[in-house]
Amino acid sequence: MSAAHPIGLSIRGGVKVYPGTKALKGVDFDLRMGAVNVLVGENGAGKSTLMKVIAGVEHLTEGDIYVANEKIHFDTKMDAVRHGIGIVFQELNLFPNLTVAENIFMGNEPTKFGVDIDTHHQFEQTSQLMLRLEQSIAPEAPLGNLRIGQQQIVEIAKALAAEARILILDEPTSALSAAEVAVLFKVIEELKSQGVGIVYISHRMEELIQIGDYVTVLRDGEITGSRSMEGVDLPWIVSAMIGEKSKDFPRGDNHQLGDEVFRIENASLLKEGGVFTVDDVSLSIRAGEIVGLYGLMGAGRSELLECIMAQHPLSTGDYFVDGNSVGNASVGERIRRGIALIPEDRKRDGLIQIMAIRENITLSALGRFAKFFNLNLRDEADTADEYVKRLTIKIANAENPVSSLSGGNQQKVVIGKALMTDPKVLLMDEPSRGIDIGAKAEIFRTMRELASSGLGILFVTSDIDEVLALSDRVLVMADGRITKEFPANPGAADVISAATPNLTKELSR
Amino acid sequence: MKLPVLELPSNRTDWLLLLLKMRTFLALILVFTFFAFAAPNFLTTANAVIVSKHVAINAFLAVGMTFVIITGGIDLSVGSIVGLCGMVAGWLVIFGIDLGLGWSIQFNTIEISFIVIMVGVFVGCLNGLLITKLKVAPFIATLGTLYVARGVALLSSGGRTFPNLNGSAEFGSDTFGFIGTGNIFGIPFLIWMLVIVGSLAAYLASRTPLGRYIYAVGGNERGASLSGVNVDRVKMFVYMFSGFCAAIVGLIIASQLQASHPATGETFELNAIAAAVLGGTSMSGGRGRIGGTIIGAFVIGILSDGLIMMGVSSFWQTVIKGLVIIAAVVIDQAQNRLQSRVALQQEAKFSK
Repeated sequence: MSAAHPIGLSIRGGVKVYPGTKALKGVDFDLRMGAVNVLVGENGAGKSTLMKVIAGVEHLTEGDIYVANEKIHFDTKMDAVRHGIGIVFQELNLFPNLTVAENIFMGNEPTKFGVDIDTHHQFEQTSQLMLRLEQSIAPEAPLGNLRIGQQQIVEIAKALAAEARILILDEPTSALSAAEVAVLFKVIEELKSQGVGIVYISHRMEELIQIGDYVTVLRDGEITGSRSMEGVDLPWIVSAMIGEKSKDFPRGDNHQLGDEVFRIENASLLKEGGVFTVDDVSLSIRAGEIVGLYGLMGAGRSELLECIMAQHPLSTGDYFVDGNSVGNASVGERIRRGIALIPEDRKRDGLIQIMAIRENITLSALGRFAKFFNLNLRDEADTADEYVKRLTIKIANAENPVSSLSGGNQQKVVIGKALMTDPKVLLMDEPSRGIDIGAKAEIFRTMRELASSGLGILFVTSDIDEVLALSDRVLVMADGRITKEFPANPGAADVISAATPNLTKELSR
Repeated sequence: MKLPVLELPSNRTDWLLLLLKMRTFLALILVFTFFAFAAPNFLTTANAVIVSKHVAINAFLAVGMTFVIITGGIDLSVGSIVGLCGMVAGWLVIFGIDLGLGWSIQFNTIEISFIVIMVGVFVGCLNGLLITKLKVAPFIATLGTLYVARGVALLSSGGRTFPNLNGSAEFGSDTFGFIGTGNIFGIPFLIWMLVIVGSLAAYLASRTPLGRYIYAVGGNERGASLSGVNVDRVKMFVYMFSGFCAAIVGLIIASQLQASHPATGETFELNAIAAAVLGGTSMSGGRGRIGGTIIGAFVIGILSDGLIMMGVSSFWQTVIKGLVIIAAVVIDQAQNRLQSRVALQQEAKFSK
């Protein structure tokens, strides 16, 4: 088999260090031409980093890249493109207001006399590409009018227009319908037979087994399994993904659960195209309970939390704190009623980066330091200090901007801000995202302590270890619905398979 | 927000940071000293009064503008609000409100001031509604009200000036001239007003929840909203406050000149923005101080008056003013970079 599939690119001893974390720890990776090289791993395992290194977007801290046994170095993405490497990111990088042809040749326009764009040539090339991909997409059609699946094809065409010999597809099917997936797979088969080497990243196991020729499993920046796809099944992938022993997280003591503190009834959120992002979700949380909400990216978990926090005006459903409906209350009112959200994206949603640590931590609870409209700054500073100590946030000076802190400490500031409002239920969206192992353990310990002090916690995660170790109850979400509920300590394979969207679709049919 | 560092810095970076932080103040001392030597009569009391009156007009607008810019917005309509409010004041002094059939309501000075201020706040409220409810970009919304308010001001008199706003003792409006020309304890009344409005604004910015929310909205609107800040209410406030400040300026000018002209206040918005930026307000939002803005207004005011006294051509003045503003922004960015580097180093050292 390897004779038919020569190695087109390889990485030896690849190490990538980000401030605070090691994303790749000595990775050896071979990319075979004329085949689909599947890459699996949990979120944060290093898949995206590895692909960015290959595409020239990021640079290896240590280690080398070889193309055709020759050591090379990509300074920029354009370097990689010149070596025939194309990447299609999960988030499409297209211009909806321009035509298909203009999109395909963006930044790479054929010109007459160096200035005048050769529109005719551009159209012709686009038509040929569409012929090669067996698609009937008109070159002059505005991109915005195409379906997501067709836009994906345009992205692929764009890579091919730059004469890509290696094509990286990062979660290409996450936004596609079943019919569009079938078309994409046909295109991939076509490209394979033309000798293109394809790297395919996805969370959908069934898909990987169906289309892959070689599989590489990443875990915590290391490759834990790499072989030809023959004889590979779901259990093998799962065990390579999560390893033998789970990470050492604090175990829950068998504390008593209290009464229900929070309930969601029939939460729904419609997105464009008549698909439900959140589809009739109902759940209930008791005091002192940690409920883990597991699911893949795009399953609608973050959107559910945003609905609870009144971020989607068009969503329906009702939420109850201690049995009282929150109705149409504003965000501020919901916070006062006892709901606190710790958002997934700290930079965008959680913190005011340029404001001081003190100002961030007290922002949601300023009312308690104010008499009429006068703020008691001394009281505020003292309380901020108290929370900094209580959550062991490591800072030199509470007046420094919050942007000067590490990810873990920033996350603790967000938690401190939420706790200062005296919440009854804490909604945590990927609380461990982008922070190092040590800080993670501390955050989880804090969550345990909060739960035993009577708080209800609903936390969203895509890390199977986390959800297994921390939860008193596990809910699995896929395609906007809660597909399964498990008591504490369920089997990893059961949880993962309940979260796989395609599988659940088939089951419900 | 932060109090000036009182303890003396220990190393070079800290010294540099301190100098950069106080740069607007240093610039003020610099221009002041320069003109004290270079321009004859600059250091006289009479001149101090004239300069401070000029400065006050820009400072009022700049204080209102500072809040707007801190939220990440812009208010281009203030100059037109000045013109409109001047015309409303003139109309009320001369005609009162005509009820027809020979009846009319006449107002005293306090009532006139109140109505004029309400007009300014109302235009600010329109700006706020356009921006929060109809989601029009602040630049466009206030550009629109700039034209509308100016047009209404011109319509009110058919483009003519309302002259001789002496008021009448019978209705209690003969004190109208006091607003812009009166003195209390030898200091112009409008300076007292600036002190009061400026202190209130500074207090609001640093020691009230609303002030904190203004900074939060400018720093990260989404984050502020998710933290429970009522973003729309904060924005409504800043535009209404800006309208309030502009109305005061309209009153002052009409009172000073004893006349109101519909073109009054053209390009005032640019001077206000310049003072705010010179005082360290960041156009990208989230950063700025009232004290800095007022010092900024003084730097601009002293610079232009001093240059006039030196006999420098007004064309050169314009050039110099522009250069000073650009220099201010460049230095401001240098300070921010240095400051965040120092904070980063502090935290990095601490976490080791």
